[in-house]
Amino acid sequence: MPTHLENEATLVADARAGKTEAFTTLVRQYDRYIYRLALNITGNPQDAEDVLQESLLKAYTKLGQFHGESRFYTWLVRIAVNEALMKLRKRASEKSVSLDDPIESDDRSVMPREIEDWADNPEQRYAKVELGQILNDVVRKLEPQFRTVFVLRDIENLSTEETAEIMGLSVPAVKSRLLRARLRVRDLLSPYFKKGKG
Amino acid sequence: MVCKEVIRKLSEFLDHELAPELAEELSRHLARCDDCNIVVDTCRKTVEIYCNMEPLPLPEDVRARLDRALAGKLGKKNA
Repeated sequence: MPTHLENEATLVADARAGKTEAFTTLVRQYDRYIYRLALNITGNPQDAEDVLQESLLKAYTKLGQFHGESRFYTWLVRIAVNEALMKLRKRASEKSVSLDDPIESDDRSVMPREIEDWADNPEQRYAKVELGQILNDVVRKLEPQFRTVFVLRDIENLSTEETAEIMGLSVPAVKSRLLRARLRVRDLLSPYFKKGKG
Repeated sequence: MVCKEVIRKLSEFLDHELAPELAEELSRHLARCDDCNIVVDTCRKTVEIYCNMEPLPLPEDVRARLDRALAGKLGKKNA
């Protein structure tokens, strides 16, 4: 979650009044977070760049509809997630795959494969850039249905309810996908973080 | 509570969304089951690592194209 600007309300009011530099200041604060979100959901740098641009341009066009009920960033995230999901659905339909198929609830697919303990503070084994690359690569290995929920809940720190609303899912469905996503991510990270490694 | 139930409830346990009596039951299981303890602990670390992850700066070429797109749009609206 990014640091929010102290004068955010003033900047939003100025941007709504047509001061373009206020809007530029606002989006500069958040653009790398929106790009990461888009990259994590779409898994494709070109799509992520399109989502970033389209989201920010749409935010500018729709600024009159933002009345400060949420943080500006949360509002921006909603726009970006919708744009990213549209891209993802378009890609899925090209491959005749649905993102909204019900998830099989088979215990075998939930049970962890790897039961090896990790070192204390395992992330400190890696330089910041290397760690970022590992974490991003692992997220992109998740299937889209799980990846989007994991990105919204555990990277963007949205609530279960917000995630459900944005994705058009029930709260139990979000929880079920989140559990599977977390266990899968944990399995995929284990080779990097287990005790005795490195 | 058996191991399968612990795994099914693990996510809600980490998010402090379990009813207190269920959370206590799960904690009691963890105190006597090393495997579940490892899974819960490593899953907690997974969530913490991602929550604390800062994004990298925008790649320079992406930044340049974004600035151009914004300048075009914002300029048009002001014209």
